[in-house]
Amino acid sequence: MSDSLLAVHDLKVHFPVGGGLFGARAFVKAVDGVSFDIRRGSTFGIVGESGSGKSTTALAVMRLVPITAGQVHLGAADIGALQGEALRRERRRFQMVFQDPYASLNPRKRAGDAVLDALNLMEVGAPAERPAQAERLFTQTGLKAEQMQLFPHQFSGGQRQRIVLARALAARPELVVCDEPVSALDVAIQAQMLNLMLKLQREFGLTYLFISHDLGVVRHMCDEVAVMYLGRIVEQASRESLFERPLHPYTRALWSAAPSFDPGARSRAHRIRLQGDPPSPRNIPPGCRFAGRCPHAQDACRSAEPELRAVGPEHWVACHRVDDAGEARYG
Amino acid sequence: MSLLAVEDLSVEFRTRRGVARVLDRVSLGIERGQTLGVVGESGCGKSVTALAMLRLIASPPGRITGGRVHFDGRDLLALSEDEMRQVRGNRVSMIFQEPMTSLNPAYTVGDQIAESVRLHQGLTRREAIERAAQMLDAVSIPDPARRVHEYPHQFSGGMRQRVMIAMALACQPDLLVADEPTTALDVTVQAQIFDLISELREKTGTAVMLITHDMGAVAEMTDRVAVMYAGHVVESAAVADVLREPLHPYTRGLIACAPGARTVAPGQLLDEIPGTVPSLVERGAGCLFAERCAHVQPRCRAELPPHSEPAPGRTVMCWLHTQ
Amino acid sequence: MSTEALSPWREAWRVFSSNKAAVLGLLMLAVVAATMVFGPGLYGVSAFDIAGAPFTAPFTDPKLWLGTDYLGRDVLAGVLIGGRATVLVGLSAAAVAVTIGVTIGALAGYFGGWVDLALSRVTELFQVLPALLFAMVLVTLFRPSLTVVVFAIGVVAWTGTARLARAEFLRLTHLEFANAARALGAGHLRLMLREILPNALPPLIVSATLIVGAAILFEAGLSFLGLSDPNVMSWGLMIGSNRRNILECWWAVTFPGAMIFATVLAVSLIGDGLNDALNPKLHLR
Repeated sequence: MSDSLLAVHDLKVHFPVGGGLFGARAFVKAVDGVSFDIRRGSTFGIVGESGSGKSTTALAVMRLVPITAGQVHLGAADIGALQGEALRRERRRFQMVFQDPYASLNPRKRAGDAVLDALNLMEVGAPAERPAQAERLFTQTGLKAEQMQLFPHQFSGGQRQRIVLARALAARPELVVCDEPVSALDVAIQAQMLNLMLKLQREFGLTYLFISHDLGVVRHMCDEVAVMYLGRIVEQASRESLFERPLHPYTRALWSAAPSFDPGARSRAHRIRLQGDPPSPRNIPPGCRFAGRCPHAQDACRSAEPELRAVGPEHWVACHRVDDAGEARYG
Repeated sequence: MSLLAVEDLSVEFRTRRGVARVLDRVSLGIERGQTLGVVGESGCGKSVTALAMLRLIASPPGRITGGRVHFDGRDLLALSEDEMRQVRGNRVSMIFQEPMTSLNPAYTVGDQIAESVRLHQGLTRREAIERAAQMLDAVSIPDPARRVHEYPHQFSGGMRQRVMIAMALACQPDLLVADEPTTALDVTVQAQIFDLISELREKTGTAVMLITHDMGAVAEMTDRVAVMYAGHVVESAAVADVLREPLHPYTRGLIACAPGARTVAPGQLLDEIPGTVPSLVERGAGCLFAERCAHVQPRCRAELPPHSEPAPGRTVMCWLHTQ
Repeated sequence: MSTEALSPWREAWRVFSSNKAAVLGLLMLAVVAATMVFGPGLYGVSAFDIAGAPFTAPFTDPKLWLGTDYLGRDVLAGVLIGGRATVLVGLSAAAVAVTIGVTIGALAGYFGGWVDLALSRVTELFQVLPALLFAMVLVTLFRPSLTVVVFAIGVVAWTGTARLARAEFLRLTHLEFANAARALGAGHLRLMLREILPNALPPLIVSATLIVGAAILFEAGLSFLGLSDPNVMSWGLMIGSNRRNILECWWAVTFPGAMIFATVLAVSLIGDGLNDALNPKLHLR
């Protein structure tokens, strides 16, 4: 992939837990060996449930949590290894939109200052031009310039998310990492925000890393999608391939669990039922991480962990029960 | 006769900016054993409807200003507080979005389920705990005899919501009100909870009122749907009819703007509902959706449309459908 | 929607000013402040001079409204000027305590890890020291002067603020807006001062007000024990020097005592009002 913008290789993020004075130190393996490439100008989605490590992956790419192992390259820059001033300068190129619009703006800072501070911190343009630039960002994200003096609590959730987007776009980044950008919003507002993101992507040639638990949103927004389960990617493919022909039993279960707008089209008998909740990333079982909930698990699944391997054009899966030709050898 | 018939229920909230009419003549009905979905965005009044029905609105600032709630032949709004307590938790029970905060962390789940059974059905403590274990078994919690003595923090989010359902159904109510019961849960766990509610409904004949923001959940779970917007029921009908042919422009917008409904190709712009929900304090004379509506006519701004019945069992509140 | 900016601080003032008890506290404090700022100048009698016969009861001599103490000093003159030292020491000591407390708490909460571990142990060490005894030792080690008293009180009174600041910083450091600033390349100092501190201020302000009240009482206590500057008249000193004659001239003890009571009450009422006004859960959104 010559036009790759973000290349993540074997990323691991382990958090130490417990380990007081006498206790043994344990680790939560939130992200445990994740690799993917994002093409410039495309949208790469990561779906998964809580504890899958999708948000931690986003934070690690943003260098907001310590990376335990692995490489993260943004174009030629090794952003996974940069430190201090070098990292600070490079931050102009990758920015983030956060999940909770009620927490991601400083409540005691005016909306306009949130954007202006971003321009100042990243030293965008000449200081004298920055107020005008902040105003331009405000209008580009569908806000009014006279709202710049208001405080965050005076905005609705959707408007706040627009401010967050304006702040992220201040330095014209190449990559925007979006962690559940619309899950806190109402459906109608969600559509407005998604449309805005699509328009801005076309206008500025943005590349998105898009994290979400909402399959409908991911299907709509992403060109390529990775499904994460307990810190690992279990399946990755182009949108068409993944949604038309899901291969991993977890992906299938996830797809069949999502409510459909088609009443009666899918009887509940056809649903793949998963028992229980995902296990905790504190004690990951040996073998395939999904084996404990998988309706098709065999003995082999419980002893050896499957690797993510190519099973078709732009389709990778980590499952013992899918053969190399991309045929599911189960039920 | 319907199990529940809400007629012209109105609720006001006193706020600093003035009086907000949060519910304006809301009417809806549920037959025995049926499932009604109440769908709308935050602030539309869907949760307030459920709370007002059970007279659980905090007053002040809230106040029920009119209407009737016929439940099994009686008007709940006319009952004494004592009689009302016999209805709540016994004949109508409720589950909420946050299964963590709805359970008391200081008592075992068995004690909490047993309490309502003892209160309403006069069982002894031993019998009540036994009944609690049966209920945990009914909601598919493994090893119920042991888990009945455990505390809420020992259960996962999905399991806690099962406990809530067990508690709600312990007295075999006629109506279960579920207010966003799966919003805090993962998709696969949501599917489990939905399956469980459907199964129990088929088994026990309990009617369900599912309050949600998710049109997909409504399509999946319910027989009928009431779409709420700014304190009004703007459309109500059988779910299949609404999904096939939504009549109110707001309903149409709500379905079209959900990416999950796939009304446009991936990557294309979704149909937006422009603007935001209007203030409930300074409301004009006309239809509250007029400012956001693509089909707005002069009349819409001047006069509130009536509830018309374009087909049997189907109501809509829009000037486009009044002949 | 309205385009008028609603600052959280202005919102807090709106709530505060509608709280009757808090406004009463503010008024009381204003009266006390006016008394000690303008009172001595207008009255023109020195608090250390012999103004009449000792043990003159109040309201018996038209020139000595509040009577005289066991040395014949004018009690009213003392009451008027004695607040200066007491309140000055109270405010300065609280400032010292809050500065130490916020610095230590902020560093511990922000950096976490071993920094937190070390600073928390230091905080706990100061917390278990018997405060009054420790302050007395400090004052007796040096010559009693107002500066020494201020630092003695400040050094024993900061631990509560430190724990509060640590908790706030710990909470706010991991909120998304702090992460957002980090993603923009903000450094530690900027994050702590510009992003986190303004949001941690409300509970810290409340705690600072309560420390002012406590410090005033502390100063009075030290003076009462004769461990304050004997050359500066203060309410505590008046009570302390007259304590042996409390039965013969109750007034020389009661009036300064009442002033201390009124001042601390006023400060507490204000602190209470601030607590309600600055609590974001109560009115924001």
